Amino acid sequence: MSKAALDRLVEHLRDGVISTHAHRGDETAVIDRSLIRSACLWLRDTEGLEFNMLSDLTAVDYYTMGREPRFEVVYHLHSLTLKQRLRVKVGVPEEDPVVDTVCDIWQVANWCEREVWDLYGIRFKDHPDMRRILMYEEFDGHPLRKDYPKDKRQPLYRRPQHEIDEALAGRPGSGHRPGFGPRNLLES
Amino acid sequence: MYGSDRLRSVSAPELDEGMPTEEMVLNVGPSHPATHGTVHIKLWLDGEQVTGAQVNVGYLHRGFEKECEAHTYGENFPYTDRLNYVSPMLNNVGYALAVEKLLGVEAPERAQYIRMIVGELARLCDHLTYSAAQVAEMGAFTPFFYAIKARDFLWDILEEISGARLTHSYVRIGGVAADMPDGWVERTLATLVQVETVIKEIDTLMTRNRIFMDRMQNVAVFSKEEAISHGWTGPCLRGSGVDYDVRKDYPYLFYDRLDFEVPIGTAGDNMDRYLVRMEEMRQSISMIKQCFDQIPEGDYQLHDPRITIPPKQQSYNTIEGLINHFKIVVDGIEVPAGEAYTYIEGGNGELGFYIVSDGTGRPLKCRCRPPCFMLMTALEKLLVGHMIADLVPTFDTLNMIGGECDR
Repeated sequence: MSKAALDRLVEHLRDGVISTHAHRGDETAVIDRSLIRSACLWLRDTEGLEFNMLSDLTAVDYYTMGREPRFEVVYHLHSLTLKQRLRVKVGVPEEDPVVDTVCDIWQVANWCEREVWDLYGIRFKDHPDMRRILMYEEFDGHPLRKDYPKDKRQPLYRRPQHEIDEALAGRPGSGHRPGFGPRNLLES
Repeated sequence: MYGSDRLRSVSAPELDEGMPTEEMVLNVGPSHPATHGTVHIKLWLDGEQVTGAQVNVGYLHRGFEKECEAHTYGENFPYTDRLNYVSPMLNNVGYALAVEKLLGVEAPERAQYIRMIVGELARLCDHLTYSAAQVAEMGAFTPFFYAIKARDFLWDILEEISGARLTHSYVRIGGVAADMPDGWVERTLATLVQVETVIKEIDTLMTRNRIFMDRMQNVAVFSKEEAISHGWTGPCLRGSGVDYDVRKDYPYLFYDRLDFEVPIGTAGDNMDRYLVRMEEMRQSISMIKQCFDQIPEGDYQLHDPRITIPPKQQSYNTIEGLINHFKIVVDGIEVPAGEAYTYIEGGNGELGFYIVSDGTGRPLKCRCRPPCFMLMTALEKLLVGHMIADLVPTFDTLNMIGGECDR
């Protein structure tokens, strides 16, 4: 990880940086949610930073710790040219779980963001293809949320329309529409 | 040249214009002999040419992270085994290093050397499995048996040290489960000689084989920039000409004490990804030999009552030892609150573990950064524009392991 890069980010964003730490040598910046796109672009394209690879993109649910905001989306950036790394995080509240997409900055983010949507229910604004990726289309809920019980079972079956309507009515704003049939095998 | 000219001269004009075709949708998988592991690839075809592709993964999702969050740090090793199940030792090592980083401890020197040795043995297994699958699915079945035979020799060796052939769960937080057995070094060295012979055999049979070369060269070329943007790491990224190997660039364990070279491709095609792995196997063999020369005497595990269980003598005969054992098994190791990201060079690239601890014995979050998930993001691009017959070799060079991709 790189202290110099963290210092430059703090200098660049000023008030946009909410907190920083370097626990166990991993330089981390928690920044304002609305700045993530511009910050990522800046981190990728600025000379001396050159974070040309998004190593990993994931989320954490702090529900059990009672932290506000509940979620964090975590970006692990890596510069292959300068051999340095940086972790950038944004807080995401439960009532408005939306973050701007970075999948046009690093293409790998496309699938990573789909995974975060699938498992945590955090949506990415302007993402071209916000579908589930690991779970099946009919799955109800987001399994890595801490309030999703580990031993809950959901047998895969074709649901009647009224059940889907009820599920959607009961979860306003969840935005996820359960589909039909075996995972779009045949529709083209 | 001569043949194609002649064909053109005798062909009818309407043949030159090509046959009228109609777009066709073809589903490959989820269960298909060529998709080792379950993955669904939906292809749009114009004749034999792929005009569009959509890759659907997730059929092997078992909820790795959810399970890890419900178990203690020590209990999670068997889950890591099942991520990349052709090189479980590397997953064990990666996970152990992540927890140790969060704890702020380091395993004894001897344990670290043992981890390097078993890790490189696992890498050999991974690359042997890759080359076996690669050639078999292109029709060459003989080298498949040679490679699988060599992998079996290595499994014998790994079984001897860990007790299990496939899912080893051998590494522990703060060290490894047991020391190397008597005579293991000699038997490993003897096995490596056999493996070396096998690698040479595959090399002789395949690498300069005309059919093999024609099907591998200039197929599925992926540029440096694209590979970086798609988060590629490991042999595939090196095949595209980027010099990045975690062992060289961010040395962990004692890789900085070893003398080895990182093979880099030039074209970024299927052939380069194959050649990089073939060379890496030779480097791994040399690394294991160097480790055996350098390995010091000493403990194979930390002796810290907060982290490792006490020796059996103590837990059976003293009340303190029994309580200590009980607390570590039931409550788990108490890892101070915080977060850490550790990455090692896995079989397919940067294998990362991002662990968040809330100060209890169970992780709040245990994320595995799966290298082949990142590789698979590019498969759609790799397939478009090629023949449908190129799907199988191209998919093989990515070496997707379902257990790791879908977790």
